[in-house]
Amino acid sequence: MKLRKKKSGNRLMSRPEEGKNPSRGVFTRRALLLMAAQGAVLGALGERLYGLQVLNGSHYAKLAENNRLSKRFFAPPRGRITDRFGISVAANRINWRALLLAEETSDINGTLERFAQLVPLEPRDSVRIEHELRHKRRFIPIMLRDFLSWDDMARLELNMPSLPGVLIDVGTTRVYPFGPLMAHVVGYVAPPAEKDVVHNAELALPGMRVGRSGIEQTQDLNLRGQVGSVEMEVNAVGRVMAELDRDPGLTGDEIALTIDSGLQQQVLGRIGDQSASAVVMDCRNGEVLAMVSNPSFDPSLFDSGVSQAQWIEWTNNSQTPLINKAVSGLYPPGSTFKPAVAMAALRAGTLTPSDRINCPGYIDVGGTRFHCWSRYGHGTINLRQGLKYSCDVFFYEVARRTGMDPIAATSELFGLGAKLPEIELPHVRQGLIPTPTWRRAHGHHWNGGDTIVSGIGQGFVQVTPLQLATYASRIATGRNVQPHLIRSVAGRMADLTDLGRAPGMDMPEHFFEDIRAGMFAVVNEEGGTAPKARLDIPGVQMAGKTGSAQVRRVSRAMRESGHFNSANLPWEYRPHALFICFAPYDAPRYATAVVIEHGNAGADVAAPLARDIMTDTLRRDPVNHREPPGQEVAQAEVD
Amino acid sequence: MKFQKRLLRAEPNFQILTKLWQVNWLYVLLICALAVIGYGALYSAGGGTSRPFAGPQSIRFCFGLVMMLGIALMSPAILVRMAWPLYIFSLILLVAVLRMGHVGKGAERWLMLGGMQVQPSELAKIALVLMLASWFHKISYRSMGNPLMLVPPALMVLLPVALVLKEPNLGTAVIIGTVGASLFFGAGMRLWQIALLVLPMPFLARIAYGHLHDYQKARVTTFLHPESDPLGAGYNIIQSKIALGSGGMWGQGYLRGTQGQLNFLPEKQTDFIFTMIAEEWGYVGGITVIAMLLLLVFGGMLIAMRSRNQFGRLLGLGISMNFFLYCAVNLSMVMGAIPVGGVPLPLISYGGSAMLMVMFGFGLLMSAWVHRNSTFGETTPGEKD
Repeated sequence: MKLRKKKSGNRLMSRPEEGKNPSRGVFTRRALLLMAAQGAVLGALGERLYGLQVLNGSHYAKLAENNRLSKRFFAPPRGRITDRFGISVAANRINWRALLLAEETSDINGTLERFAQLVPLEPRDSVRIEHELRHKRRFIPIMLRDFLSWDDMARLELNMPSLPGVLIDVGTTRVYPFGPLMAHVVGYVAPPAEKDVVHNAELALPGMRVGRSGIEQTQDLNLRGQVGSVEMEVNAVGRVMAELDRDPGLTGDEIALTIDSGLQQQVLGRIGDQSASAVVMDCRNGEVLAMVSNPSFDPSLFDSGVSQAQWIEWTNNSQTPLINKAVSGLYPPGSTFKPAVAMAALRAGTLTPSDRINCPGYIDVGGTRFHCWSRYGHGTINLRQGLKYSCDVFFYEVARRTGMDPIAATSELFGLGAKLPEIELPHVRQGLIPTPTWRRAHGHHWNGGDTIVSGIGQGFVQVTPLQLATYASRIATGRNVQPHLIRSVAGRMADLTDLGRAPGMDMPEHFFEDIRAGMFAVVNEEGGTAPKARLDIPGVQMAGKTGSAQVRRVSRAMRESGHFNSANLPWEYRPHALFICFAPYDAPRYATAVVIEHGNAGADVAAPLARDIMTDTLRRDPVNHREPPGQEVAQAEVD
Repeated sequence: MKFQKRLLRAEPNFQILTKLWQVNWLYVLLICALAVIGYGALYSAGGGTSRPFAGPQSIRFCFGLVMMLGIALMSPAILVRMAWPLYIFSLILLVAVLRMGHVGKGAERWLMLGGMQVQPSELAKIALVLMLASWFHKISYRSMGNPLMLVPPALMVLLPVALVLKEPNLGTAVIIGTVGASLFFGAGMRLWQIALLVLPMPFLARIAYGHLHDYQKARVTTFLHPESDPLGAGYNIIQSKIALGSGGMWGQGYLRGTQGQLNFLPEKQTDFIFTMIAEEWGYVGGITVIAMLLLLVFGGMLIAMRSRNQFGRLLGLGISMNFFLYCAVNLSMVMGAIPVGGVPLPLISYGGSAMLMVMFGFGLLMSAWVHRNSTFGETTPGEKD
């Protein structure tokens, strides 16, 4: 009302008595009320803002970071595998591939059409691309073609302007420069299966591979390396806005094998196309210098997927190309078992080196007649002669005297039918040295005849070529050498490579000398079973033992018909030919075991092969070289 | 031209410059300050350029500023004459938008008029304020006691409310209804009349909820439990709260608000512009903007109280309430206090017709200020205009 009086002088605007209208007073009161309400509402909103931004700010800030940051991982390059001289046996090759980023093109079909004109797409690819286009989000690249050649790349690069959305990207694939030569030892990789991914999400990364066999499998974790990552700022639709932090990851460890790839090549060359396995070991420290299983397969086929036809061919092949015979092939050792039986008898005291046993060509035990391989017998002979002539009757008798349990115990000390804990391969089979306990456990009675047959490495006895090589090494050195394939991991030398670290065998050295002398006679003395194994190197001699392991019982009728000749049998019924040996005789360095499946006679087939392999090994002498000896090995053109 | 002649005839001594001098420049300065903040926010929302949002919006603001000053010069007499035509025009537009409007995002209906997007509901609010102000100006305070006298203005409110509801734009309908109610209140509606209206409200609200669209119901339910649908309807609320919270006390820095710049924040240039400001400038920036908005609201209310004629008072009240409701609904929405609805933050959000209509409203408010001492047409007892 004061206001009205003050302004009443305004001649233009004011009219007298307008204040009598009660509406202004009511309005002012009500407007003030409304203002209070407005202030309260905005004040409450300010208070709420304080709560959101200041009181709970850190909580929301964390949520905001989660919104903003996205970590993406990428597969690290897989570690290289080399032979003992650093030659790559498994490496990575750069793989150029064409990707399509759907969000960067408005005309996907047009781009694909033009792409296919430059680089042909197989129908299988087209189907896959269509599927991925439907199922992947538009900012995730889709693989169009990999393994682009330089020509393809050049054509694509030239036509990039007409190919919106196409990217060229580099990845790696596993290559095996030696192909089938090392396939069993090195193994192969394949894309991870879905169940692997469930256990380890890292494996879902494109380019990740899992070792499926050989060293690739057992050393998978070392070879895999550490996954790299990029921390990125992404926007609301997940597109990358900026790269904040990059962890390049770690290339997998490089693994150097004990294998000499040159020697491996020579061994394979010697084996030719026989279905066979050969192992060459450094008998002083257990390094496996060559491990060949023939026939083999191309390990690189697994990376891109093996065709059905190829798979059927492999699995139907009676020579089992996919199986590493050196560790997974089980063979009766045949006569190569005899030194172990002899050692068991010597240790048990049931035989002395001078004991003589008469061989009339057969022996009767428990009403059964067991024949010697020589129909005419070997006369009265001692241990040395028993080994030299590989007299069956001598060892039938020794086995009978000694009993199966000591034989089994000693054989296992030699590594036969025993676990070889250091060998870095999957699917290693243990084999078997039968005992009465084992037989009973399987619900059968142990016959006296079982012991007799086991005495010459037949019956239930089963060993692997690697076990035979280990056995030969242990005889040669009297030390408990452990075969192994890995020389160093990421430059760190593996244990057991030190000379002489292997502990002794807990068997008297003079027993070893008696057995070695017998094995020397086998090769080097007139009348020995393996004259063909004699080395042609002056001043170097080899000791060995032949073996011909029957895979099928020879009936008495067949034997006595006089016409029996195992070479006339069908291939799969012929005996396996085996040979174990070590050289040089007076200072053993290398041991070898050779098994030729259905090779018929150890003396005729396995012994010369073993001699050739040993000759190659001694000439190369890989353990005394730091560089690959000779010119035989060409460095593969990969890194 | 006709209006101008009439203006000169009515108050021949009132020169245009004198009138301009009468404009409350402090208030205009406050408006401009908020528009500058809006420009900065839109510049940031555009990713650090003025091209998409800030530039066009500043041109609209300048245009709006000129329009506001032009309207500020118009005398109440002219404005009262404009009320009816404008109101009818707004109703026609509301009907037209229902018939041939374009729909964006489920609500927000707009018409293309001369190459410009027009949201008729924006005009309807101002037209309704003008209409009610002139209606209540003409009837006496005493005659308000007669409920029959309240029926025509009630229809004036319900007609646009019904049309906007039909669009369907619940948020704007509520704002129009509330603005109308505040004018009834300010005009002197009796308390018993208010009580009679308010008491059956809860019952009516239940019925109204049953008629809501599914997406509107979804907004209500996700508002109550936003985490139940984090990538669907609740996404906006959650992302807005995250962005606000990550701003903290001092903010992430201008152009460095991660949530806004990386598009996690939806509708950042329109509905959620305040979130963008508060993320980059923190609580300090956010509360400053709220304080400035409150100053504009209170300023408008004070201008209304200063007017010596009922028309000016109610005009001021209506415009202030409208502005206040816009702010309150938008701010509550971005802070997750009420369900999301397409209500922009006046003066700051990107949008042409909203900006022009806000400036039109301020023009009316300025006119009420400039002519605050005119007792034009006041139907006081014993006197006639």
